[in-house]
Amino acid sequence: MSQLRYALYTGCTAKESTPELLSSTLAVAKKLDIELIILEEASCCGASHLQDFDPFLSHVLNARNICYAEKLGLTMVTLCNTCQINLAMTKEKLDHDADYRAKVNEKLAEVGLEYQGSVEVKHFLYALIDDFGLEKIKSKVEVPLSNFNIAPFYGCHNIRPSELHHKSNGGENPYNPTSLDRLIDALEGHPVNYASKNKCCGFHVDLQAPHTSNALTGTALLDAIDNNADVVVTPCPLCHLNMDIKQRSAGKQAGRDISIPVLHMPQMVALALGCTYEEIGLKYHVSNAKKVFAQASK
Amino acid sequence: MMSNTKKITIKAFRFNAETDYLPYYKNYEMEVGKDELVLDLLNRIKWEHDGSFSYRRSCRHGICGACGIKVNGKPVLSCKQNAMDLIELFGDELTFEPQSKKRAIKDMIIDKGDFWDKHAAIKPYVEGVVDEHPAHETNMSQEEVENILDADYCIQCGNCHYACPALEVNEEYFGPAAFVAAYRFTVDPRDNAGTERLEMTSQIGPGVWDCVKCFECAEACPKDINPIEKITKLHNLQFEQNVAQRNVATKHAEGFVRSIKKHGFLDEADIVKYSEGNIGVLKHLGDAIAMMRAGKIHITDQIPFVDNMPKSKNLDEIQKLIKISQTNKL
Repeated sequence: MSQLRYALYTGCTAKESTPELLSSTLAVAKKLDIELIILEEASCCGASHLQDFDPFLSHVLNARNICYAEKLGLTMVTLCNTCQINLAMTKEKLDHDADYRAKVNEKLAEVGLEYQGSVEVKHFLYALIDDFGLEKIKSKVEVPLSNFNIAPFYGCHNIRPSELHHKSNGGENPYNPTSLDRLIDALEGHPVNYASKNKCCGFHVDLQAPHTSNALTGTALLDAIDNNADVVVTPCPLCHLNMDIKQRSAGKQAGRDISIPVLHMPQMVALALGCTYEEIGLKYHVSNAKKVFAQASK
Repeated sequence: MMSNTKKITIKAFRFNAETDYLPYYKNYEMEVGKDELVLDLLNRIKWEHDGSFSYRRSCRHGICGACGIKVNGKPVLSCKQNAMDLIELFGDELTFEPQSKKRAIKDMIIDKGDFWDKHAAIKPYVEGVVDEHPAHETNMSQEEVENILDADYCIQCGNCHYACPALEVNEEYFGPAAFVAAYRFTVDPRDNAGTERLEMTSQIGPGVWDCVKCFECAEACPKDINPIEKITKLHNLQFEQNVAQRNVATKHAEGFVRSIKKHGFLDEADIVKYSEGNIGVLKHLGDAIAMMRAGKIHITDQIPFVDNMPKSKNLDEIQKLIKISQTNKL
């Protein structure tokens, strides 16, 4: 198989509050000899909030983002479920509505760009599983994760709405997703089965409805803990922010202590592939995750 | 030859509010045929195992909206859902539960009062002066018809309502089905209550700003209505019709433009400060300090003239596109 190459859409969080997501992603790519070309021209996806305010503007900006992957002729890879859904929804709209696409392209022409619809958009999780392959990942494991019960937290925007993800983004059944479970298996960890794994973390209403947000995050974390999870893993940095930073407030609201390391999906892979402590970036977590590194090689 | 039937166990939620302190689950084993629906299995529990087993059913044609239940957590309309497809997805043990366990009255039957109250509250009808004896019929333009989208197909089954996690923890929230109806009648050209509905659904707490964007409603709808699409339309209409109040949620949505214009990326610290205001932001101090300690944000992030923000390459393109494409204002 020739080397896999992708255009990497980092999203905002990987460049800002979750630097550990970017460093672990690049480390995993290096270990697996996957070439990731960072789209430095890209702008924020709008995170569904810009879409609430000004849908046309959000489509123009995301069409521009995709244009830069098209220029490279490479599949665009995302690191965040919410980036994934917003880019994929833009693509869906433009690929199926010629009149609308013409309106968007009229704007893009002003900056010398044209959206063509020539590349796919997929989350790095599915690039690893569906393009690189679990068997090959398994063969490269240096530090088996057999010391851990790992609770997969899928994050809404990679699994729902299911039709959007069928073609190129995993095609999971949202009521019984399996990708993260299979990945944990391949890394020789023990996947935890629990009801909250395909539920919402509440991140998107953090500001206006903190009670809702804390309730959803708390319920999911406690469900993982009650099912003997040592670690939670998620492919979405927004789920990660909520589940890592809000443990204290969510626990307070639930009347129980919540303390559990939450890893980004690429951090978990990096750990198993024997990447360095710095690359995995465990020091950037609010809840204690540093111990995971030592525990892995015990 | 491969068998066309499969032996399964159904674990059914049982509860009688009049006699039971707590619900319990009872197992029923049966051979399921490839054409059987969930409704057939419900009937067989009642007819072949226990005549007291209770559930709602009526039309058997996917139109009355009475027979919604959850199978292994998946909301289904019993009379539309093939059982073998579920067995393929979940294996040979299926758990039948009511749409909402906390609202259970008897087995699969729930008290749907909250659903109907909220649905009624948003005025799910055309409000306006209608000529009772028109000389000719009033035609809608093709565009007006298309604008209603598929919102008119709702059968009020409650599948989306009881799949919504925001509603589960926030009882005053209208929920996706009420929002679909609010959208449907607000864009109806004969209706005069649009502004009133937009004001109702823009309140923080009951309104659309409490949507957690999980897309559970889109997945749950047996009529493929995609309620969250209508929720987004209601968000958009607030801005288009100048109904939006300046509050933490609307500023958060609009604030993305401000950040993207400056950096291409979202300034994560700034958007919290901008949305909450200088006083409101203080409630995030605990999280901010924890994030600073972990190196997620930096003490210098909010000092004027210190710019730690990464910038998109070709930022001028982004700024130009915002200038020529922005449609809405707060």
